[in-house]
Amino acid sequence: MPKAPLRDRRGGPPTPATLRERLLARAERHLPALTRLRRSESLPILLERRRIYVLPTRFGMGFSVLLFVMLIGALNYSNNPAVLLTCLLGAASWASLFLGFRGLSGLRLMQLRADECLAGDPMKLEMSFATGRPRASLRLSHDDVETPFCLMPGESQPVIAEVATHKRGWLKLGRLRVTTNYPLGLFVVWSWMNPDTAFLVFPKPEQPVPPLPLLSGRMGDVAAQGSEEEFVGLREYRSSDPPRLIAWKASARLDNLLVRESESRAGTALVFDYTLTGVSDREARISRLTAWVLSAEAAGANYTLRLPDASYGPSAGAAQRFACLRALALLPAHD
Amino acid sequence: MIERLSHRQFELLAIALGAALLPHVLRVPLWLALPVVAIVPFWVIARRRGAQPISGWLRLPLALLLLVLIVQHYGNIFGREPGAALATGLLVLKLLETERQRDARFALAFSAFVLMTALLFEQGIGITTLMSMGLVLVLAALISLQPAPLPTAHPLRSLFALGAILLATGIPIALAGFLLIPRLSSPIWGSPGGDNLSRVGLSERMQPGSMTDVLLDDSPAFRVTFDRAPPPKSDLYFRTIIMWDFDGSTWTRGAARMAPQPEIIADASDSFNYTETLEPSQQRWIPALDVPLAAPETTRLDSDRSVVADQPVTQPRQIELRSATRYQLAPTLSPGERARALALPIGFDPRSVALARSWRNSDSRDTPIKDGSVIQSALQLFNASFHYTLSPPLLGRESIDEFLFDTRAGFCEHYSSAFVFLMRAAGIPARVVTGYQGGWWNDSGNYLLIRNSDAHAWAEVWLEGSGWVRVDPTAAVSPDRVELGAASVNDAGAWYQSSWLRSLRNSVDGVSRLWTTTIVQFNALRQRQLFKPFGIEKADQHQLLIALIGILLTLLTAATIWALRQGSPQSGDRLDRVWYTFRRRLSRAGFEQPVQQGPLDYLDRVQASLHEQSKPIESVIRRYVALRYATHEPNAEQIVDLQRSVRNLRLRGLQQGRPARRDRSPARLER
Repeated sequence: MPKAPLRDRRGGPPTPATLRERLLARAERHLPALTRLRRSESLPILLERRRIYVLPTRFGMGFSVLLFVMLIGALNYSNNPAVLLTCLLGAASWASLFLGFRGLSGLRLMQLRADECLAGDPMKLEMSFATGRPRASLRLSHDDVETPFCLMPGESQPVIAEVATHKRGWLKLGRLRVTTNYPLGLFVVWSWMNPDTAFLVFPKPEQPVPPLPLLSGRMGDVAAQGSEEEFVGLREYRSSDPPRLIAWKASARLDNLLVRESESRAGTALVFDYTLTGVSDREARISRLTAWVLSAEAAGANYTLRLPDASYGPSAGAAQRFACLRALALLPAHD
Repeated sequence: MIERLSHRQFELLAIALGAALLPHVLRVPLWLALPVVAIVPFWVIARRRGAQPISGWLRLPLALLLLVLIVQHYGNIFGREPGAALATGLLVLKLLETERQRDARFALAFSAFVLMTALLFEQGIGITTLMSMGLVLVLAALISLQPAPLPTAHPLRSLFALGAILLATGIPIALAGFLLIPRLSSPIWGSPGGDNLSRVGLSERMQPGSMTDVLLDDSPAFRVTFDRAPPPKSDLYFRTIIMWDFDGSTWTRGAARMAPQPEIIADASDSFNYTETLEPSQQRWIPALDVPLAAPETTRLDSDRSVVADQPVTQPRQIELRSATRYQLAPTLSPGERARALALPIGFDPRSVALARSWRNSDSRDTPIKDGSVIQSALQLFNASFHYTLSPPLLGRESIDEFLFDTRAGFCEHYSSAFVFLMRAAGIPARVVTGYQGGWWNDSGNYLLIRNSDAHAWAEVWLEGSGWVRVDPTAAVSPDRVELGAASVNDAGAWYQSSWLRSLRNSVDGVSRLWTTTIVQFNALRQRQLFKPFGIEKADQHQLLIALIGILLTLLTAATIWALRQGSPQSGDRLDRVWYTFRRRLSRAGFEQPVQQGPLDYLDRVQASLHEQSKPIESVIRRYVALRYATHEPNAEQIVDLQRSVRNLRLRGLQQGRPARRDRSPARLER
């Protein structure tokens, strides 16, 4: 089965190994019409006959040789039942081609969704297909990862595929190959999908987590003083909050644990400055800042992220975390 | 990294392989059959317990050993028998090493080949059906190798169903291929049927007891259709081999034929035209009803009017013959023939010789005893104290004496042999005839079925003025043998020979015959005449191939249309098509829907003109609207429901009122 040619899209994928793959990659670069490198398109993507390809597999070609041998043998012994049996097998394998084609024809990719993901971790991609009939034994391949799946009509269970991530920033999926050699494995039927959906990959945090910047030395005091300062509002409970800060009455009303927040606690928040990370390499800085954001968020502390062009916070919570990570992910790679 | 097959995949594979091996197990030598039968189930169990596939180091020596053993057993590796044995052994070895999907596919393809080779030995409808079912297993096993199958309650059942459906959809193409693939006029290699296939049939040598195997073989020998009402059962004697020479234990045809010309037939009447369909016998002898009048193509008449084919019958074959049942065969006998028909081995069976001579010389010495009364004496002897059995006691050197005076039990061979011996001793020229007698008349198919078990032996005596006359001494002992057939009088009848089973088998034979005449006997000659209805007398191979390609292209187009029917964006989805059908039906009943009119406006209009009768139509329209506009992806089952309601709509009653016709233009109405 031909493998999807590997393309250098995200910097770090492995280089094409075999001659065949290199040739395919070259052909795609120079002869897009030949290999139908499709431009990306918006959802939903419908697979129809003009973009479905069929070729016999290696097993299929071997099988046809076998059928030929069987036929010659049967004819040589002028044995009609054997001729009939051979014809029957040949016809059944021929019919399997159409069954395979039907598996792909009319398939519609409706929706793509991905969980948030840090560079280097596999991204869980959820794909929702719409189909009017059951389809068995389809395979989705992206890079070298193959995910078998089947679809039932009217079922919205998404297909989950793992996509390798190498770099922070917007991730374009590139081409997804939907393949099937259902039912007998004699023919491979395939099509390409190139959705224009992009996914944000957050930077890879530094490991192990570096100590927080010097300002955080007073973190314990900050927590201790929190209750004595002026009350400014309520926020959701985080596991790091001391129990005495919980606003019990308010919590009971809203069925949710709430914590009193005070002015000074927000005021003395941590500051993560792009210029004060202690490392010089651009990506290393981003990595360190990401690690800090994540650990501050885990600790439940308020923090400020200062980047060359913008500043986020001081604040805490999902929105702040997302804003920071997004900004970090989208920092240009060069000045 | 080896991705192992699941238990289900492997066991399905083992079943498919087992089905392919089964017909061969009965044919290959025991040293191969026993391991094959033992290994397949053993390996399935062993693998369940975690056994690893055998390594290449073990496999190669095993394959070589198999090859050596087969060469030792058969003498070579080519030909059907050794080839099939080799394939059987290799398939089992393949099972032992199969662990990955690739191996499994290879093994299954190979087992399809092995299934086909089983048909090289037998061509009956039964075995062909069985092998086709084997193909279903192979296809099901191939499908089971696919990842991510659909979730179903009965995975196995749906696998088999899909395999069967695939095979069934292949039938039209398979038939086209079967009819039109040009047949070879001569084989590329080997001589088909030349391998020593052990067939039960009549032999050129007859020895008391030698026919037992034939008489117990229920397989068809040939079938006969007559151009008019068939002769009565007591006249259904099919002469096949005529034996002249006796050496004391064995009857043979003898080496040299004395007369190059067939014996003369005088006063032939009561002749029948008939067609025989012969099963392969690997012999050149062709049974013919009583006395054939001429030899058909590619056969010749022997001097004693037996029919001999130029080539052994290795394929089912049809022959048209013409025979007489009233005749005078060889009115004169040359001295040489006469001497031969009277020859007796010297020094054998003195008691029998004495008995025969005593009949000739009894009573008055003045008037010579007539031949007729000698024959009568012999038949009376048999009738008085002999009995018919298919399991007679063994006979020694003086076989005729022992049979006539001691054992007095036997079947047709014993009686004809002893009778001819007695006749010769009494001075009447006589010879032994083997062939078939009786048969079973199939009313629905209008043909006579003759099985190997209908084989029979009788005698012919030469009488002055009448020529060779048939005498059946067995009939004197057991008239039922002639009337009902050998098995009915066999006292050693087993349960499987019970009458209802026999009649069942006989009825099934009608199907079997149809199979033989339509499928098995299809050949290059009949293929050339396929296009006769289209004005082509003899189609050559090019025309056949062109027709084949034409049919394949037609079927390809049909299949493509089917494959594209759903999912093509131009034709809309299934719901659109249902709606289209609905509109077409209504417009035929007089309610055309203008393009600009939406479904609900359409409904208003239908309701306005139909009032009460519009209920079912309303329901269809409302359901369509709900499916089309109220859901994101319409539910497939509801679409099917809707389709059914559209199909079941009764619009005929509405047509009479034709309210919509009033809208038509007046010009139309005037006409």
